[in-house]
Amino acid sequence: MNGFSLTAQKACLAGCQSCHLVSKVRPATRGKYICPRCGSVIHQRKPNSIQRTWALVIGAFIFYIPANVLPITIVTSLGKTQADTILSGVLYFIATGMWPIAAVIFFASIFVPVLKLIILTYLLISVQKKSRWRPRDRTRLYRITEAVGRWSMVDIYVVTILVALVKLGALASIEAGPAAVYFAAVVVLTMFAAMNFDPRLIWDAMEKEDE
Amino acid sequence: MHSDTIIACHECDLLQRVRPLPPGGVARCSRCGGILLQHKRHSLDRTLSFTIAGIILFVVANTYPFLALKSGSLVQETTLFTGIRELSAQGMPELAVLVFVTTILIPLLQLLGMVYVLGPLKFNKTPPGLAIIFRCVRSMQPWGMMEVFMLGILVSVVKLAKMASIVPGLALYSFAILIFVLAAAAASLDPHIVWERVAIEK
Repeated sequence: MNGFSLTAQKACLAGCQSCHLVSKVRPATRGKYICPRCGSVIHQRKPNSIQRTWALVIGAFIFYIPANVLPITIVTSLGKTQADTILSGVLYFIATGMWPIAAVIFFASIFVPVLKLIILTYLLISVQKKSRWRPRDRTRLYRITEAVGRWSMVDIYVVTILVALVKLGALASIEAGPAAVYFAAVVVLTMFAAMNFDPRLIWDAMEKEDE
Repeated sequence: MHSDTIIACHECDLLQRVRPLPPGGVARCSRCGGILLQHKRHSLDRTLSFTIAGIILFVVANTYPFLALKSGSLVQETTLFTGIRELSAQGMPELAVLVFVTTILIPLLQLLGMVYVLGPLKFNKTPPGLAIIFRCVRSMQPWGMMEVFMLGILVSVVKLAKMASIVPGLALYSFAILIFVLAAAAASLDPHIVWERVAIEK
């Protein structure tokens, strides 16, 4: 299957990220190159990938704090008001014995966002240090990070459904808390961060050695 | 079309020559293991039919209420859209926009875009703007979150079960089938069959 042992970048070529077509790119030019087939802008490496990913990751870390400290839902039931954070919601489900739901919320809202931020931070540092340690596994980590991020939106959808459904006048009502906006921002920022990271940078460190 | 294809791996940039794939075959990168090309059986027919089914289910899922909450004589019904309206009424328009875009706008645009692209291809015609429309549909992929929304419905049902009785609506079943249909459409699409039809400008 393999008739080559060089990368597209070394061959002055670039693979289109949208339609896979490999086309010629002149090296070290600042102008934009357009894929001759699908018309999207092509790069040998995503531009400023490391800086942009860092900025988005740091932004997500910052928003992660209010997302967990502030209440995500405010429940008013028979005149009593109770504010719930993401974590207190999980603890409530554990206390009432609803393990599966506690697990879903814990994984989607706490575990996955933190894991994603840690993995992206690790990948960024390893690329900047030109690490040559297990690139295949690091690429796999990146693939997982990109795939699981969307599931963190679950809590936002739960809040949307609850506020629409629980409007029983004086009996009970639910309002979305300020944490919902911060949490949504964390999810969106980490998705953009994963998109901006270029996994080909992991492999560039391997190239240097071969020369 | 039947000759070897040269592909640069998306994940590690290694150039590789890929022989035409057998039906159902997958070509993986020899260095990082990423998928280079994947042949899907009857890709055009399957994707097109799942997409059309998806549009019908999408309309049903969004016009009828998917859940109702009953407490004594009080009944509160909800469609996807009432949730979005309620969020913006509570002073969270950003959140309302995000939910609207990820659960209604993008899935709808993707379904319509796919029919626009695949419908004419089925009859050996090339629709105008094929490249740009297919590119947009592909780039929306991460932002359509119907299946995540479905999980959200399940969590809400369990959460509310103790508070009042929950009545599932017609749209709930449509949602449930819709996510399988969308997953099937995504799994049966081989983007290569579309890109092969776009002329390469010199």
